[in-house]
Amino acid sequence: MENYFLALAQVIDASLQAGERYTASYEAEQTDFVRMNRGKVRQPGSVSQRYIAVRLIRGKRHAKHVLSLTGNAAADADAIRTAVTGLRAALPELVDDPLLLLPTDVKSTRAIRGGPLPPAEQVIGEVLAAAHGTDLVGLYAGGPVWRGFANSEGQRNWHETTTFNLQWSLYFRADKAVKTGHAGFAWNNVAMTRKMTDARERLALISRPAKVLAPGKYRAYLAPSALEEIASLLCWGGFSGRALATKQSALARMQSGESLDARVSLTEDTASGVAPAFQSEGFARPAGVNLVDRGALVGSLVSPRTAREFGLPENGANGDEIPESLAMAGGMLAEKDALDALGTGLAIGNLHYLNYSDRPAGRMTGMTRFATFWVEEGRIVAPIDVLRFDDTVYRLLGSNLEALTTETELLLDSGTYQSRKLTSLKLPGALVGEMAFTL
Amino acid sequence: MPDADRLTLTDLPRLPAADFWSLRFVEEHCETYAVRKNVAMPFVASTDRGAMATVYIDGGYGYAATADTSPAGLRDALERAAHWARSTAKQALFDSKTLPRPAPRGEYTSPSFADRFPSRSEWYELLAQESVAAGCDPRIVDWEAAVDVRTAIHRLVTSTGGDVIQRYRFLLPGIAVTAHEGSVTQNRTLNGYRGLCQQGGTEVLARFGFVGGGRRVAEEALELLAAPNCPSGTMDVLLAPDQMILQIHESIGHPLELDRILGDERNFAGTSFVTPDMFGTYRYGSDLLNVTFDPTRPEELASYAFDDDGTRAERVHLIRAGILERPLGGAISQARAGISGVANSRADGWNRPPIDRMANLNLEPGDATMEDMIASIEHGVMMETNSSWSIDDSRNKFQFGCERGRRIENGKLGAVVKNPNYRGISANFWRSLKRVGNSDTLKVLGTPYCGKGEPSQVIRVGHATPACVFGNVDVFGGES
Repeated sequence: MENYFLALAQVIDASLQAGERYTASYEAEQTDFVRMNRGKVRQPGSVSQRYIAVRLIRGKRHAKHVLSLTGNAAADADAIRTAVTGLRAALPELVDDPLLLLPTDVKSTRAIRGGPLPPAEQVIGEVLAAAHGTDLVGLYAGGPVWRGFANSEGQRNWHETTTFNLQWSLYFRADKAVKTGHAGFAWNNVAMTRKMTDARERLALISRPAKVLAPGKYRAYLAPSALEEIASLLCWGGFSGRALATKQSALARMQSGESLDARVSLTEDTASGVAPAFQSEGFARPAGVNLVDRGALVGSLVSPRTAREFGLPENGANGDEIPESLAMAGGMLAEKDALDALGTGLAIGNLHYLNYSDRPAGRMTGMTRFATFWVEEGRIVAPIDVLRFDDTVYRLLGSNLEALTTETELLLDSGTYQSRKLTSLKLPGALVGEMAFTL
Repeated sequence: MPDADRLTLTDLPRLPAADFWSLRFVEEHCETYAVRKNVAMPFVASTDRGAMATVYIDGGYGYAATADTSPAGLRDALERAAHWARSTAKQALFDSKTLPRPAPRGEYTSPSFADRFPSRSEWYELLAQESVAAGCDPRIVDWEAAVDVRTAIHRLVTSTGGDVIQRYRFLLPGIAVTAHEGSVTQNRTLNGYRGLCQQGGTEVLARFGFVGGGRRVAEEALELLAAPNCPSGTMDVLLAPDQMILQIHESIGHPLELDRILGDERNFAGTSFVTPDMFGTYRYGSDLLNVTFDPTRPEELASYAFDDDGTRAERVHLIRAGILERPLGGAISQARAGISGVANSRADGWNRPPIDRMANLNLEPGDATMEDMIASIEHGVMMETNSSWSIDDSRNKFQFGCERGRRIENGKLGAVVKNPNYRGISANFWRSLKRVGNSDTLKVLGTPYCGKGEPSQVIRVGHATPACVFGNVDVFGGES
């Protein structure tokens, strides 16, 4: 695949005319998807896809064409030549772009991680056997993912990773279920079976009669998989240099005095994630970008375009300025002591469908989901019927934060919209003295 | 590779051992134009072509997607799909021998499909004009005018002799501004983020007053900066069509999806509070509630003649006079559940398999004028343009926010309020429907971003709806 991409780059090189430059980013994958329901196979299949985004630049004018590729070198070379010709014809109709910023250094990189996976049919056989007798629903997605970059200055970047991501839920009934994920680079049936056994044990807890809680304020322990939803919502523009500069970020008030708890530190930690160390326009990503340090906003993610617009130093962000490897530092609470520290309150395993109820105020709403339990004196008493929370990040991770767990969990993004994602979050659990529930 | 609508069927590979197979070709071309803060954003074009092979064999079901639509590439895809069907047949959730094997034949073409679109420079000129108008005040800190121009050709060929060609043209214009002063930030858009989305040509722009929209939206954003927070309490709400579409989408559309009811989505998008036994008897809303699946309205975003499994699409009632009649379920889900559904088995591209989706889901107009509805409210708020949406995984407990509100007191529209939010429970909310606007209040809107599925898909859906009044709603404003 790498040689195929390099050959495509040569085709673009050869298509250029005097005074023209280009950037090309490449995304491809070969994925087996197996969807399961009721402990059986619902929809099995394979997807082979390759896309290249070719940007032609002349002076300060530029235009981009994103096209699907067939994998046939000759046919794809023709398609790329046609695309370049089309872009060349478009440039005279465009105007100079004052915000164009291109890399000045050539920084070629190459990273390959993960090896072959067992056939998906074998994996599914093992999963369904381990789940025998349960109402399992979920998705297995596995196979290689490729990212590449090339430009007319000779920079070449290659990122190849073979991963699997199995996400499943064991259902008791209605909306009462336990959700589990198993993801990585090498399939390990023993590890999957261990997680399935653990899920079965938690399913027994879920099967207890549910406790119906009235709206109000409760102590809460947010497991890393619950904090993941809050962090993901904050990623939606929260750390964007452009959103902060235009006051659209949910964290914009941190620019003028608001802060989180001093135990909260957040980093775009490319070094420990699975995302490429280059962005789609060829800029290198630093190993880490400090975003929040001991509760204070100290940085943002700045794309090349935002750098030009607001006079900020670019730091390898893509155009949407969304973290791809966000990491929160752990705290002092041992995970095994979390329920004892909670005492009486809610142990929240998952949250669902978060959105802002007042973005400038950092206020967000969302639902509890899956394994969320009522805890008394450090012991799980019962699952709860779903509750809606509506609270601000400044309280949840600020004035009401009591502790963060020492351990952090690397959560590989299971997202599959358009393509399999190479993003991740690394998070601790959070003990919150008071969380507002409204419905 | 030949274009999807110029394929010669005799060149296609065959899979004689299969009980049934299909090849679904998709070609989409898009051009994106945008002017942000009076700077033309880089021009972006996209071309996406490929095919999805689906095979039923030995009682199993499998699919394989490829962008290689040469005869060899298609044969490989069919064989890969057949391999999946065979290798999982014994573990399959259902026996594919029990599924219908359609042989659809027909065509569909969007309105204005062949009409000329503006040139690139004409698009940029139009957008620049709206951008300049939107950036009219120093308190406007960000603003953008944009349009996506998209064409698509979908062709479905089946082993049973089916051959369907559908040609689409979509226009998705948008204007968005952000106003900021002190610690207050307010966003305002022209009917929501990409809420303007229809099939057709430039007539779509005129339908929504796109020209002049930049100034209008900016002035409303500035007005919101100075507005008080929405009041809190239990009161009537008058929801404008650009909020109604979200209410319909989240608390009628998703819970009625038959694959959710059958449990397919429980690990990701969620389940449904609706159960199979409810169809035919369950009171979903007041007598005023009439909801249709209507793929026949030409300009609406998800109109088509056949779904992606080859079922002919027709207008049907899902809810009539408040009573739930049928789900949003395609042929496979119908066979699994033994319930009649609709032609809504859809995929968002060549590289995803069809699943049950909303398409055009419409709330039928009533007889109330806007003046009637306002006059009927003693104490309430009118809310416009969705800005926030959240609902539980059974599609019951929801909380939605809007960009703009106006108080209504003693039957008269009053002051503008910011951050209007409301919450409720789907199973109760629609029963509090008190007034349904007439066709003069109706707008044909939608979203290109309905997400669902494992693997996930984001698909175009249309919603046509009048304004409506709901009673005894829990309303509140932003953080004080």
